Amino acid sequence: MPEKKWMPRWFYQLASPKWCYQITGKLLPIFAWLALLCLGVGIVWALAFAPPDYQQGNSFRIMYLHVPAAILAQSCYMLMAIAGAIGLIWKMKVADMAAFAAAPIGASMAVLALATGAIWGKPTWGSWWVWDARLTSMLILLFLYLGVMALYAAMENPNTAAKAASILSLVGLVNIPIIKYSVEWWNTLHQPATFKLTEKPAMPVEMWLPLLIMVIGFYCFFAVSLMMRLRNEILRREKRASWVRELIVSQ
Amino acid sequence: MVEETNIATISMSQQFSAALKRDLLLSFRRKSDLFNPLIFFLMVATLFPLGVSPEPTFLADVAPGVVWVAALLATLLSLDGMFRSDYDDGTLEQMLLSPQPLMIVCLAKTLAHWMTTGLPLTLMSPLLGVMLFLPSDAMLGLVLSLLIGTPTLSFIGAIGAALTVGLKKGGILISLLVLPLYIPVLIFGSGAVQAAVAGLPIGGYLALLGAGLALGFVLAPLATSAAVRVSVSG
Amino acid sequence: MSKPLLAVTDLFCEREERILFDGLAFSLKQGEVMQIEGRNGSGKTTLLRILSGLSAQYEGSIEWRGESVDNVRDEFLADLLYFGHQPGVKGMLTPQENLRWYCALHPALQRSKIDEALGVVGLTGYEDVPCHSLSAGQNRRVSLARLYMNQAPLWILDEPFTAIDKKGVAAMEQLLLDHAQRGGSVILTTHHDLAAQQGVVKVNLDSF
Repeated sequence: MPEKKWMPRWFYQLASPKWCYQITGKLLPIFAWLALLCLGVGIVWALAFAPPDYQQGNSFRIMYLHVPAAILAQSCYMLMAIAGAIGLIWKMKVADMAAFAAAPIGASMAVLALATGAIWGKPTWGSWWVWDARLTSMLILLFLYLGVMALYAAMENPNTAAKAASILSLVGLVNIPIIKYSVEWWNTLHQPATFKLTEKPAMPVEMWLPLLIMVIGFYCFFAVSLMMRLRNEILRREKRASWVRELIVSQ
Repeated sequence: MVEETNIATISMSQQFSAALKRDLLLSFRRKSDLFNPLIFFLMVATLFPLGVSPEPTFLADVAPGVVWVAALLATLLSLDGMFRSDYDDGTLEQMLLSPQPLMIVCLAKTLAHWMTTGLPLTLMSPLLGVMLFLPSDAMLGLVLSLLIGTPTLSFIGAIGAALTVGLKKGGILISLLVLPLYIPVLIFGSGAVQAAVAGLPIGGYLALLGAGLALGFVLAPLATSAAVRVSVSG
Repeated sequence: MSKPLLAVTDLFCEREERILFDGLAFSLKQGEVMQIEGRNGSGKTTLLRILSGLSAQYEGSIEWRGESVDNVRDEFLADLLYFGHQPGVKGMLTPQENLRWYCALHPALQRSKIDEALGVVGLTGYEDVPCHSLSAGQNRRVSLARLYMNQAPLWILDEPFTAIDKKGVAAMEQLLLDHAQRGGSVILTTHHDLAAQQGVVKVNLDSF
């Protein structure tokens, strides 16, 4: 690899699977505790103390799962595509592994967002599924995730698979805003929005503060699961490296 | 050695036209590649009256969507062949070893693909329009939307075809990769036809389809050539 | 002329969890013919694909005229003629059309020499026959005709003699030696025993 001196040192340290394995090992417990704390406080606050909605009563409380899952599903795609781009441009193995680790997590977040959306839709709209713009966009996002995962699964060589999936997720990243815009337009054309799930006249503080905590908790949880998957992947791919052997022997 | 210096400066446009001519020639020699998507297009459109209802008012209602979905599926069907035979006989490797940018060849191949699928589909679409009782005022909208929309389908599809060419069974995988990316084109394309049916101006829709095409023209060959490189090296 | 044309140092490649070669090093000078040897599955084709730039799955360095090949990719490709595992001939096109396409792809190939080259490889009279109705050996000859159409400094040939008859092989060998005489370099793999042993550098992959 030709030396590129304009990038900061930590960027190259991150490129070393060994260093990455060690640093994630230190960070993992911190994020795990943070996730536990935020999710615990958030859930109790959201379910027991936040005031009921003036229109939807208590059914709105599923928002505290739906919204963080939806936000995570989108951020995770961003992360996957950017990690993939770094892997393509700087040929950084760890970035490829991170993209690979992120895909199923993002897909499950999208599934969670869709499922909670459907459950929320039943009392609100009277049916499990409505072709609402946000839900439809989320469904398409899930399709994009499934495509990337199918590509990973179809290719035997992990290096080739990583490159191919990175290209696909970058193409998807360019497309996501276009898809969102087109779906929203299609939605306003076909069924004038009567009632949107999350867009409300200014939420009171007691309502959005637990939501914020839940979102932070979800991010921490995401970081934990990403790091765990990444560490596994590092061990799997680097099993020939001497430090991995020493690690296994010492345990 | 005057001749050699002349030959050493093959310009990109020459390479582009050579690649385009070659791919067109290949499709015309293998006629089934040319006609199968068209027959498929016609058959899918026939399934709707049989499967749902032959009621003219109903068909006229769904015609824009049906024609667009059928065009999309017909394009999808033809994608796998785009790089497959070149990969199998080793000519794709040789394209990678040309000192000229691979993007040029990819652009030419995409254009050739459109000329042999998207363009014939567009020309055939009024026939489907008539079969599905699309009002005659909307026919122009249908043809124009397909004319601007189908090249984008080829551009996006080329990326999927390039990504899966190294796999033995690329067919279904291509659909999984490409269909979600086709959704905006479908929405704006069938939206244009619906607007035309309702007697509304369709300029805005066509402009959006055009913008999508411009974006595809600029970015897709880049992604396609990168994907071809990855597939061949794997 | 002190600098080698192609210098390979510390090349490592693994396939499907199996190390093909490790610490492979050699250099190719101008006017040299190099034969890569090894058992089946020892990575000969993989090595040629790596050298030509088709595969990037290696570690180590490859230098072309003293510079990393990644940095001078275009110059390298302009100087290279690669004959791969598959002949790279389209069955639906005639030999002439196939070669014309190669000329468009590669500036080093001389379009005016197509007919002459087809004659030399013994395909006179087949110019207008689609390649799918030619035999396997004839198809490979179509692709090998490129060797008569260019003066590229480096030829990389993967099993060029497969499916070629004895007379053809002898002619090809002479061509390779002539090319080396003119200052060109050749890297090839083959299961044939080359008639001319002197002047052929051998690299055995089994020892890496």
